[in-house]
Amino acid sequence: MLDIISERIRQGFRTGKFPKEEPKLAPRFRGMPEFSSECPQGCQACEQLCPFDACMIRNGKMAIDLGRCLFCADCQACPEHRINFSNEYRLAVRNRQELLYSGGEYPLAKPLEPARLKLLGRSLKLRQISAAGCNACEADCNVLGTLVFDLGRFGIQFVASPRHADGILVTGPVSENMRSAVLDTYEAVPGPKVVIVVGACAINGGPFIHSSETTKGLDSLLPVDLYIPGCTPQPYTILDGLLRLIGRREQRG
Amino acid sequence: MMKQNIEPQLMKNGGTVDLSLVESLNYDEFSRCLLAEVERGGRVAALFGVPGVGKKDDLELFAIIARDRHATIAVYRTEVGTSFPSLATSCPQIQLFEREIAEQYGVTPTDHPWLKPVRFHRVWQGETDVWGRPLDRHPLPGDMEFYRVDGEGVHEVAVGPVHAGIIEPGHFRFQCYGEKVMHLEISLGYQHRGIEPMLLHGPHPSTMAQMETIAGDTTIGHGLAYCQLIEALSGCEVPARAQAIRAMGLELERLANHVGDIGALAGDVGFLPTASFCGRLRGDYLNLSAALCGSRFGRGLVRPGGVLFDLDPTLENAVQTRIDEIEGNTLGALDLFFDAPSVLSRLEGSGHVSRSVAEDLGLLGVAAKACGVPRDSRFFHPTGIYRKVFDELITEETGDVWARAHVRYREVIASINLLRQIGKNLPAGPVKVPVGPLKANALAVSLVEGWRGEVAHIGITDADGQLRRYKIVDPSFHNWSGLAMALRDEQISDFPLNNKSFSLSYCGFDL
Repeated sequence: MLDIISERIRQGFRTGKFPKEEPKLAPRFRGMPEFSSECPQGCQACEQLCPFDACMIRNGKMAIDLGRCLFCADCQACPEHRINFSNEYRLAVRNRQELLYSGGEYPLAKPLEPARLKLLGRSLKLRQISAAGCNACEADCNVLGTLVFDLGRFGIQFVASPRHADGILVTGPVSENMRSAVLDTYEAVPGPKVVIVVGACAINGGPFIHSSETTKGLDSLLPVDLYIPGCTPQPYTILDGLLRLIGRREQRG
Repeated sequence: MMKQNIEPQLMKNGGTVDLSLVESLNYDEFSRCLLAEVERGGRVAALFGVPGVGKKDDLELFAIIARDRHATIAVYRTEVGTSFPSLATSCPQIQLFEREIAEQYGVTPTDHPWLKPVRFHRVWQGETDVWGRPLDRHPLPGDMEFYRVDGEGVHEVAVGPVHAGIIEPGHFRFQCYGEKVMHLEISLGYQHRGIEPMLLHGPHPSTMAQMETIAGDTTIGHGLAYCQLIEALSGCEVPARAQAIRAMGLELERLANHVGDIGALAGDVGFLPTASFCGRLRGDYLNLSAALCGSRFGRGLVRPGGVLFDLDPTLENAVQTRIDEIEGNTLGALDLFFDAPSVLSRLEGSGHVSRSVAEDLGLLGVAAKACGVPRDSRFFHPTGIYRKVFDELITEETGDVWARAHVRYREVIASINLLRQIGKNLPAGPVKVPVGPLKANALAVSLVEGWRGEVAHIGITDADGQLRRYKIVDPSFHNWSGLAMALRDEQISDFPLNNKSFSLSYCGFDL
């Protein structure tokens, strides 16, 4: 018993101060892309070069679909290397089309509409479903329960049964073999409910966008309330998104 | 007529053989050689089908045998028609490989003791589904005959695919007599993403990202296995500095997962101090990976030809200082766990797997080492910097949950020492070299000791130097059968503890 107490003292207090203080991320962390210069006239190389179809030209400018982007360290999309990844980790949005980013203002997720916010804003129970996820997004959802992030202090909790949940949080490209299990789990959640997708796979197939064994994104099956991009999203990206959804973070900042 | 002595093509880990030199044996000779290899202590690292070139319905089988004691790998090859006699009864470690071949190519291993689908996908070629499932629809996962025990007081418990936690999907069926488990059957395939067929005619620009997500918790393990294979096929020499940084990545991955798993075991037995300390410490190791390459899971670190990220002296010092800092906390958290009598009474004797069962099933990594079976490709088939720095083969004898936990504990200490040793003697020089085209008509084998055990990748190229077949074997492919055996005669309430002590990958199995 004394051993446990002395070890407890040695290990110290470790819960982070987020969201009052911004997290310190690794300098090499790849977040929100930036464009170093204008695209040369008529260049459309990126549309062909990104293996995951994340880049496209819109109004003469490159746009990156953050729902498809894997934030590759050796991004192959731009032959001129115009894409840099910044340290900005806040990436969650409410609508699929908002993930198409070509610089400038980024529409970070707004809170749920008043009816659901009133019910769920102070207590949000989620049933996590891994639907062919590679266990990285799953691990970084799990980590939110550790004492560093201490998800419970925000009233958010991952629960064992969909019957006890207010919504589902899905990871993975939704394989053919998981499709009916995902739909059954969603059905088992009592309404009103929320649907959250975490990671490029669940948003649009990720590295498996061209596989015949996956569904290209959960929103082809269910209405999605929150998109959290990345491969794998940083835990703070996920937490920031969840807090924005329940109105616990100011709009910019 | 049978030849008495067949000399197979031999190779080293990370080597290649010219496909034309691998003699095609008739099936009798092939099976005789395979059984003889296993008899002499060889392991079936992989057994897989390769469609013939030209004639569409021909299928070749390749067996990759790891001769651990000789640090060599033997390759055998045969041709089969629409069926072949199963060897699973005399060599249980290949039962899943045979079922996989049946599911992928519609070829029947006759007299297979337990011929069931593995991943529930459509047949890859031809018009035959071995189980007679309709070809125009996707098969239903879990649609098969489960083993069933009937009798008074006997009941069945079905769990999954969606489990009661943040965990990948799989289906478990228990046949119980009261609390006691008589039999556990594990049916997977829910995570199937069709990775192997997507690699045909590759490597493609998308391939590396898919390799890093075969099992996301083994990003470095699978990524490195793939890179080693491409380097073997292209004859590329990876610079020493890159080899060292790769090993740092691989050991950090091992540390994060082992520390996390011991923490989860602590959670399962209700020993909360270690559970909460380890939950955080796992993150500290993941953040070290992020310091190296920006990703907590090591995405982007390893690439064919070397690594994408170098360590400058500042970062190198920062990493070593951080390791010194968290070493004390890690050992403190783990010692507390292994010294607590209440913990030991839950771990000791639970989920026992005997040495002979472990050998028969071909268990790998932590699960095998816990049964006294030495399996570690860093030791037996070393590549890169492991040729110089690795000499500690860790095993335990008791084969129970405690042994699986304690192998991890000792590997944590060994990995921290390795990181320090590698950091102190980091070679100078470049971290990446260009990779040329792949050799035509060649077969390459790459084994990497991931944190769960040996990750095996095998690649075969065609006449144009494109991948004609790419075979991936995650250690979980072998080890799930070990979990099923561990549960025999255990209380069903101890399933979570046993499951965590194996800590296997669903997606690494399902591919």
